[in-house]
Amino acid sequence: MALETSVIEDKLTDKFGDKVTGFVMMKDILSFEVDAAVANDVMRFLKEDALLRFNFLTDVCGIHYPDNDLERQFAVAYHMHNWYDNVRIRFKSFLSGETPEIDTVTNLFLSANWQERETYDFYGIIFKGHPQLKRILNMDEMVSFPMRKEFPLEDGGRTDKDDRFFGRKPDNVNNN
Amino acid sequence: MSNSKDIKIVDAPPGVEGSGFFATKLDTVVGMARANSLWPLPFATSCCGIEFMATMASHYDVARFGSERMSFSPRQADMLLVMGTIAKKMAPILRQVYEQMAEPRWVIAVGACASSGGIFDTYSVLQGIDKVIPVDVYVPGCPPRPEQILDGIMTLQDLVRNESVRRRSSPEYQELMASYNIT
Repeated sequence: MALETSVIEDKLTDKFGDKVTGFVMMKDILSFEVDAAVANDVMRFLKEDALLRFNFLTDVCGIHYPDNDLERQFAVAYHMHNWYDNVRIRFKSFLSGETPEIDTVTNLFLSANWQERETYDFYGIIFKGHPQLKRILNMDEMVSFPMRKEFPLEDGGRTDKDDRFFGRKPDNVNNN
Repeated sequence: MSNSKDIKIVDAPPGVEGSGFFATKLDTVVGMARANSLWPLPFATSCCGIEFMATMASHYDVARFGSERMSFSPRQADMLLVMGTIAKKMAPILRQVYEQMAEPRWVIAVGACASSGGIFDTYSVLQGIDKVIPVDVYVPGCPPRPEQILDGIMTLQDLVRNESVRRRSSPEYQELMASYNIT
């Protein structure tokens, strides 16, 4: 017997009220928004409720919205999967642009350890309570959070991208 | 069966020959010996490494150039072949490998990524290994064919053959090493 999305929505709304909002079917997956303060509780409920049984954390990742209001500039997106009924779910928590902080979910899923470290590495989102929140993929000396939109993608140290070599400058000899 | 007449031996360097003696410069003898026994250290991180595997194997056979023995320890290697994208996180490791090699040591940057960063013009990729270690020969290509890698090795052999035995203690060389902060 399949788990209906309306059942998921009703159970979450009954339990958390206006902390969970914006239910929408996006690409065949029920998506909604969760207040960052209760994200951990919502995930625990989704995992431990006898009917919902979202037993697998597929993904944790960050999103940067530089054009949003200051209080909604960062988001953490969680994807969960119920293996018993084969139902997927997706929710976002928006965070402040100045102090992007959210509680870790490593107490619920150990797999979140790697994913939260990666999200910290690329977006600078602090996961409170994470056992070892330090850079994982980028080099330790890096000071920027490269997936934030204000940081340039290209490396400034590149020396062979000289416009003269690409016909973009009229004078190939005098570099004018 | 191999015919002993087919075996090619390196020509003797120019010198003075007479019955029972042969006189030449030490430089040329040392250069000849070094050039024909370059032990490679393959530092392969991506597709150029696959091309190098073909170069090592029987069809292209880098052993023909005296590079029979792949040395996977930097201590016993003469020629560091860097093949592939070097992420900035990998840069200190590459540098450490280079520092562990004993003099004289040579470096070939194989492929666009090792030479300049290639298509990876991004914050996470080292824009050419010459940012952290000195490079003797650059092999272009993305990836280069085995012929090109062999051409790079032969070019390096020319460099090695003509290198003065005093080069490594010259002030220019010390200056080069100092510019990379390698002591």
